[in-house]
Amino acid sequence: MATSEVKIKDPGIDPATGEFRVIAQDETFRSVTEKIARIVLTPTTPLGWFALFVIAGAGATVLLVAVAWLFLKGVGIWAITQPVAWGFAIINFVWWIGIGHAGTLISAILLLFKQSWRNSISRFAEAMTIFAVVCAGMFPLIHVGRPWLGYWLFPLPLTMNVWPQFRSPLLWDVFAVSTYATISVVFWYIGMVPDFGTFRDRAQSKIGRYMYGILSLGWRGSVRHWMRYETASLLLAGLATPLVLSVHTVISFDFAVAVLPGWHTTIFPPYFVAGAIYSGFAMVLTLAIPLRKFYHLESLVTERHIDNMGKVMLATGFIVAYGYGMEAFMAWYSASHWEAFMFWNRMFGPMGWSYWVLITCNLLIPLTTLWSRKLRTNIPFMFFLSLVVNTGMWFERFVIVVTSLYRDFLPSSWGTYRATKWDYLTFVGTLGLFTALFLLFVRFLPMIPMNEVRMLLPSAKIKPKAVTEAGD
Amino acid sequence: MPAREGTYGLLAEFDTPGDLVRAARKARQDGWRRLDCYTPYPVEEAAEAIGFHRNRVPLLTLIGGLMGCAAMFSMETWISVLAYPLNIAGRPTYSWPAFIVPAYEWTILFAGLSAAFGMLALNGLPSLYHPLFNAPNFRDGATTDKFFLCLEALDPKFDLRETKAYLESFQPVSVVEVEY
Repeated sequence: MATSEVKIKDPGIDPATGEFRVIAQDETFRSVTEKIARIVLTPTTPLGWFALFVIAGAGATVLLVAVAWLFLKGVGIWAITQPVAWGFAIINFVWWIGIGHAGTLISAILLLFKQSWRNSISRFAEAMTIFAVVCAGMFPLIHVGRPWLGYWLFPLPLTMNVWPQFRSPLLWDVFAVSTYATISVVFWYIGMVPDFGTFRDRAQSKIGRYMYGILSLGWRGSVRHWMRYETASLLLAGLATPLVLSVHTVISFDFAVAVLPGWHTTIFPPYFVAGAIYSGFAMVLTLAIPLRKFYHLESLVTERHIDNMGKVMLATGFIVAYGYGMEAFMAWYSASHWEAFMFWNRMFGPMGWSYWVLITCNLLIPLTTLWSRKLRTNIPFMFFLSLVVNTGMWFERFVIVVTSLYRDFLPSSWGTYRATKWDYLTFVGTLGLFTALFLLFVRFLPMIPMNEVRMLLPSAKIKPKAVTEAGD
Repeated sequence: MPAREGTYGLLAEFDTPGDLVRAARKARQDGWRRLDCYTPYPVEEAAEAIGFHRNRVPLLTLIGGLMGCAAMFSMETWISVLAYPLNIAGRPTYSWPAFIVPAYEWTILFAGLSAAFGMLALNGLPSLYHPLFNAPNFRDGATTDKFFLCLEALDPKFDLRETKAYLESFQPVSVVEVEY
């Protein structure tokens, strides 16, 4: 490429490959450890952290108020009614869980593909997954109307002798999402155990040594332990990969199994999974760009990471574009009157604006600009783009849920949908909860996996000659 | 655990993974069997050098996964056929294709939990105390940037003075005695 010759003097570029370096030069085992550990082990919390935490905490409080009012009054405070019975709760559920999927993609799928550049972003991507699943999991529960009976979803031997119905995708969802949450937490925690060991050994305060000591489970870095640990990590990654694909597939079944025009389509599973990864990478960028700036981690989360994430978004963006195209094609090709009307209504009906927001945010802006390496490594632009894609993906779910439901078969049963303030407050509240949890994570847990970053350093390379010269 | 007295072993500290692997390989060749390496990140060559090639985590994972699959599938069958049969659009009560999805999820759930907790159990973790934590240089380096080789006193070849001299021959940064 012509541009790489011009920029080769940039110290961030490795002259051997012409690519950006994964880790900046001159980093050592001790320097990366110090850089990551000092964020957590410092006795002074930056003022900016407190400022953000106050804002996020206020958001989380809004959620508390919105949910408390919901429990007192019932789901009637939301705009859901016939014909749009699924509104914001399901839109937000799908949006949040989709965001979580990029975390698993980075931590599991890229591990299996030996993409070692992912090491420095895997931990906070995984944390993002867990907090997104926390926000997502709440919506179906509060949406059922009587959340205190939520345990009826599980096959429990209760006195009523009533059991769940295993032929419904909604029940499959219970198992898919609960397994996803459990495996994500376990994978995340197991990944942090060696880093807790580092914290235990480097903490200055007694309470820090005590807490991280317990969390580290007594990790001491024996190579026998490391080998079992590596096997377990690889197996967990291998298990999380089919899991993450199945979770969004099952969620798409919630729609695709229904006979509603706009939902009843076989393209949904792959299209949902690609969309999930698309929005998830956007959220990783939204989080990573301010974090690396605020905590001066530019040498660990480099332009290479931003560039690669841009490339993944470009690829998944095109899969999503194919999904949109196929929906339009099938509306015509199926020769179904209902499908054709649904699609016309989606584009030009009273809520047609939402479709064009989606096309602009998901296709027009990202898929034209992400081709350029210059723009992919332009940090402010990528931050802006990540917000655009997140907005676009939210509107994608809005379009799927609302514009399919509000005008279905019989014109006499048509309706409309206008979200109430409680819908908005609940959504804003989950944004606050997510940010607050993420801030706590950044302050108290190792946000970059130190042990994995050490493996990327040049000093971790063992020259075969050095090993054998004395022995055989 | 009963309190043990005396020496746990001798701990040699190295600056680079290459030095550690060379020393570990030589020690293993010289007949040492009670030895272990401690590194701040996984060093596969060191595990091979001390003769640790295979582990049983994959087997545990397989068993866990099969158990999860069997448990969920039989529960679904029992509930749908015997405990609470429902007529859903005239479909058979034993509609096994629909049972695959939850069974698949539980295969992954049980396999994943077996991999994680099986790994911890095989490693003997959690164990918050270990004699090595008594070594003055261990906690500063083993989880940050140093590489350690420990020859343990349980090995029949162990002799405090001779072993110390033996370890010195690898030119480590230091050799310290570790007490229980």
